[in-house]
Amino acid sequence: MYTTLLAIDWVLFLDKVILITVILLLSLLIAMYETWAERKVAALMQDRRGPNRAGPGGILQPLADGLKLFMKEEVIPGSSNKLLFILGPGLAMLTAMMTSAVVPWSSYLEIGGRHVDLQIADVNIGLLYIFGVVSMGVYGVMIGGWASNNKFSLLAAIRGASQIISYELAMGLSIISLLMITGSLSLRTIVQQQQEGSYYIFLQPLGFLIFLVCAFAECNRTPFDLSEADSELNMGFHLEYSSMKLGFYLFAEYVNVFISSAVMSTLYFGGYDIPFVNDVQLAQRWGQNPVAILEAACFFVKIVLFILFFIWVRWTIPRFRYDQLMKLGWKVLIPLAIINMLLTGFFILLRHH
Amino acid sequence: MQPLTSRAKAVDRRPMNVWERMYLPAIAKGMSITFGHMFKKRPTVNYPEKQRPFSRVFRGLHVLNRDEEGRERCTACGLCAVACPAEAITMEGAERLPGEEGLYREEKYAAKYEINMLRCIFCGLCEEACPKDAIYLSETFAPANFTRKGFIYGKEELLIPNPLTDPEGFAKARGEHK
Repeated sequence: MYTTLLAIDWVLFLDKVILITVILLLSLLIAMYETWAERKVAALMQDRRGPNRAGPGGILQPLADGLKLFMKEEVIPGSSNKLLFILGPGLAMLTAMMTSAVVPWSSYLEIGGRHVDLQIADVNIGLLYIFGVVSMGVYGVMIGGWASNNKFSLLAAIRGASQIISYELAMGLSIISLLMITGSLSLRTIVQQQQEGSYYIFLQPLGFLIFLVCAFAECNRTPFDLSEADSELNMGFHLEYSSMKLGFYLFAEYVNVFISSAVMSTLYFGGYDIPFVNDVQLAQRWGQNPVAILEAACFFVKIVLFILFFIWVRWTIPRFRYDQLMKLGWKVLIPLAIINMLLTGFFILLRHH
Repeated sequence: MQPLTSRAKAVDRRPMNVWERMYLPAIAKGMSITFGHMFKKRPTVNYPEKQRPFSRVFRGLHVLNRDEEGRERCTACGLCAVACPAEAITMEGAERLPGEEGLYREEKYAAKYEINMLRCIFCGLCEEACPKDAIYLSETFAPANFTRKGFIYGKEELLIPNPLTDPEGFAKARGEHK
């Protein structure tokens, strides 16, 4: 009787291992090229040329940057808490990576008559999972700032943590109104609903705007990058970090940008849906596998557009002051999200009767 | 108060209306500006690949000249050292021995000729002072060095390549390739 419990579906296991590896590598690769794109777009917007020495168009720049970070001296402050000091960047990276587990990257592949979902785990509380993991991202910031044993790092970490926590509220409230429409927390179900109906951006424009602003705040991106503030406010919570530990923090930010782009396009822009095309009919005509690959490509195009938007905003809008940040979070976004929720409820009731 | 320039602009201190307080239109405007800049022409010159030409009166490193037969023109008269406001030039003269007619143009020559490039202000007065057309300022500038000693340029660094044995180097040093 118990042997059946121990029997693992090895093929499924293998599927998932391969998928996890691919997605982890892909998010690292994308994060690498985000740094390149950030510098390039920043340069273009400021009428400069940007990195153009390493490889054609500076395409090898991320490798050079990574090598530089690896070669740097690792400084661990003598008075710091060593365990926490090392744990901080690891935790930041871990939480950044974990979110990708519930994002559906495409519909499914058919390999040898098997149905291979291109999603690591289709949990029915996917959205809650994302919120849980994202809120753990605070620990990376907080532990890093605390373990440095430097009062400026600690102040920056507290600033960052309070920012992330206050924007999480508005983010959650904006999602609730989306959930009232979808009736499901599973990201795959949400995408499928959008494939059949319209994208939720059209039903929830205000909710999307709030979610977008909060996503910027959650990723510690300009205009809300108070916790790091590269050049001012002495680097923020990773002031004492050097070498690859600093690299991990910076990298985790880019992975976060990638993942939140993925989540935003999943929730509001139809995820892997191919725009203007009925995917199911296309799959019947072309076969499932090519369509699944095309869907994944579509999803990545959407993600890249979102990433470019993140970069574009970063190089346009100046940083908020701390009181402005809190005012926007608590006095504007949360009331707006509640109004949005009430309006959504009103329209849902109107349709039911 | 009388404005000092015609560009003075009164500050608008009216409270912002609802539209302005939303910030979103202003943000959209700002983002359109940055987007537009992506397609602007860049003023940057890709330096090592593309070099901007020097002005015709540019004064760079000194060159000790030779005549058409490859003989050093300098006679160690010392006028350049006298003219030099930074006192960067030192020299020692020597008399030409029989058999050295192919090396030096006149009976006296500079056995040692040094310019301290850290003192030199590249004013070009040495060039003007020289009666023999033996020194002029080229279009190159001093490369970086690790020691102060490296900036004291002797005859090896200053002398132009011999036009008979190295005509290309000579032409290049004269700036005739352009």
